[in-house]
Amino acid sequence: MKALRHILLSLGAVIMMAPFIWMVSTSLEDGGFANYTEAWNRVPFGLFFINTIAITALTVLGVVITSALAAYAFATMEFPGRGMMFTLFLSTMMVPQPVYLAPSYVLLAKFGMVDTYGALIIPWVANVFSIFLLRQHFKTIPRSLYEAAVLDGCSRFQYLWRVVLPLSRPVLATVVLFNTISSWNSFMWPLVMTHSESLRVIQVGLSYFSQEMSGNYRLLMAASTFCTLPLLVIFLLFQKQLVSSYTGSGLKD
Amino acid sequence: MKVRRRLSPVLYVLPALLIILLFRTIPILGGFLASLADYDIGGFHGFVGTDHYQRMLSDPRFWLSLGNTVHYVLGVLPAGIIIPLGLAVLLKEGLEGRSLYRTVYFLPVVTSTVAVAVVWTWVFHPEAGPLNQIITMLGGEPLAWLREPRGIFELLLAPAGIRPTGFLAGPSLALVAIMTVGVWKSIGYNTVLFMAGLENIPKDCYEAAKLDGAGRWASFRHITWPLLSPTTFYVLIMSTITSFQTFALVYVMTPPPGGGPLGTTNVLVFYLYQKAFDRFDIGYASAISVFLFVLLLVLTMLQRRFGERKVHYS
Repeated sequence: MKALRHILLSLGAVIMMAPFIWMVSTSLEDGGFANYTEAWNRVPFGLFFINTIAITALTVLGVVITSALAAYAFATMEFPGRGMMFTLFLSTMMVPQPVYLAPSYVLLAKFGMVDTYGALIIPWVANVFSIFLLRQHFKTIPRSLYEAAVLDGCSRFQYLWRVVLPLSRPVLATVVLFNTISSWNSFMWPLVMTHSESLRVIQVGLSYFSQEMSGNYRLLMAASTFCTLPLLVIFLLFQKQLVSSYTGSGLKD
Repeated sequence: MKVRRRLSPVLYVLPALLIILLFRTIPILGGFLASLADYDIGGFHGFVGTDHYQRMLSDPRFWLSLGNTVHYVLGVLPAGIIIPLGLAVLLKEGLEGRSLYRTVYFLPVVTSTVAVAVVWTWVFHPEAGPLNQIITMLGGEPLAWLREPRGIFELLLAPAGIRPTGFLAGPSLALVAIMTVGVWKSIGYNTVLFMAGLENIPKDCYEAAKLDGAGRWASFRHITWPLLSPTTFYVLIMSTITSFQTFALVYVMTPPPGGGPLGTTNVLVFYLYQKAFDRFDIGYASAISVFLFVLLLVLTMLQRRFGERKVHYS
C-alpha cells in the first residue's frame, strides 16, 4: 500500500517536472550552452533583467514601507474612519486586475505616466494583502511591551522601528517573498502600460521573443530557462515560507 | 498633561491610502462610468447610456469569448479539484518525502505563466513537439493541438458518426491544450490547500470510525469528504475566479491577433484586451469589465456566504 502511494506520487512528480526537463534538454540541443548566449544576445535580455530587478526591488521596498505603516496604525491606533478605511482596502482586494486595467491606462495617460517606469511601480507600492498580513501579526504583540517602551521614552514611531519590526521578521520575509514573485511574474500590466523596448520587463520580452522566434525552439527554451531560473532559486531557498504565504495561512486567524 | 508631538494615525495610513484611492478606487469607479460613455482614442465623447451593454448582448464575438471562457472554467474545475485532492490524500502526514513531493508539485505555481506557456507551446508543437512524438511512437495519429479549431467532443465522437455543433462541440482542441496547462499550473496550489484542510480534521474521528469497522473508502466518504467541504468549496470558488481571468496562457500560446484557430481560444479577458488596447474602444471594453466584475463578485459572495458556514468541526 505504501509502495503504491509512492508509485502514484512519483508518477505525478514526473508529469509535473516533464515540461521543465524538456525545457532544459531542448535548450541544450545542437550547440549546448551556445544557445543560451545566442538567445541572450538576440534581444536585449540583459536590459530586460535590469529593468525587472529594479522594478521588483523598488516595488517591494515601497510595499514594505506603506504596508508596515498602515498595518501599524490599523493594529494599534484608534482613529476616526479606521473601520471604513480598512473595509475600503479589503474591498479593492476583491476586484481583479483585468477589471480596472483599461480605466487605469486612461488614468496613467492623463498623468503622462504611460510608458514610464512609474507606471510599473507607483500603482503597485501598496498591497492590501500585505497590510492585512502584517496587521494580523502586529495585533499579537502584547500591549504591555508598548507601555514599557513608552516609559523608557520611546516614541510611537521608534516603537514601530525598534520593537515591532524586529519582532516581525518572519512575516516581513513572507511579504517580501510574496511581492517579489508577483512583481517579477506580472505580465498583463507591463504589456499594456509600456511600449518602448528600453522599459521592457522579462515577461513581456519573453512573450515577444516567442512570437518572433516561433520556429526556433532551442533558443526559446534557453530563454525560458534563464527567465525562470532566478525565481526557481528563490523558491527552492525559501520554499517553506513561500508555500505558506501563498496559501494565505495568515488569513486563518 | 503630557504634551508630546506624535504623528497622527492618519499619516501612517496615508501613503497606502493615497495609492489605493488613486490607482484602485478611482479606476474601478471610472470603469463603471466609462462603460456608460463613448470613450475612445480621441477621449470622452459623452454618455451613451446602456448602449455598450446592448451591443454586448448582440455581439457574436462577445458570446463566443464568453462561451470559450465557460468551457475553460468547466473544464479546468473538475481536474483542478480531483487531482489535487487525490494527491493531498496520498501525501498523508508522516509520509517520507512528503515535503519533497510538495516542492515538486508547487514548482509550476511560482514559475511565470509566460515561461510556462512558452514551454508548453513547444510541448504541443505539431511537428517537432515531444507530445506528438510520444503519440506517434505509441502508434497514434499526431494531432494539431494549438492549431486545431474543432471541438473536443466533435473529435471524440467523429468515429461514431455523431457530429455535435456549436457549444455542444465542446472547447476546441486548442483550448483543451491551454486548459491542460491551466490545470497543471494550479495543481500544486490546490494540493497544498487540501493538505492543510486534511491536517485540520481531528485524528480521533478516524480512530472512532476504525473501531466501528469502517474501511478506507467509508471513512473517506463519511469523514474526510464532509469535513473537508469548506476547503473544497474554497478551492472551487478560487479556481473559478482565477479561471475566469485567464489571459497570459492564451496570449502566449495562441498569440494575437488570432485568439486561436477560428477564435476558439479567445476568452473574455483576451477579448477585453483586444477591445481596449487594439481598438482602443475603452467604453465597450469597460462594459465587458463590469460584466466580468459582477460575475466574479457574485462568486466571491457565494464563497463568503456558504464557505464559512461549515467551518466548525465539533
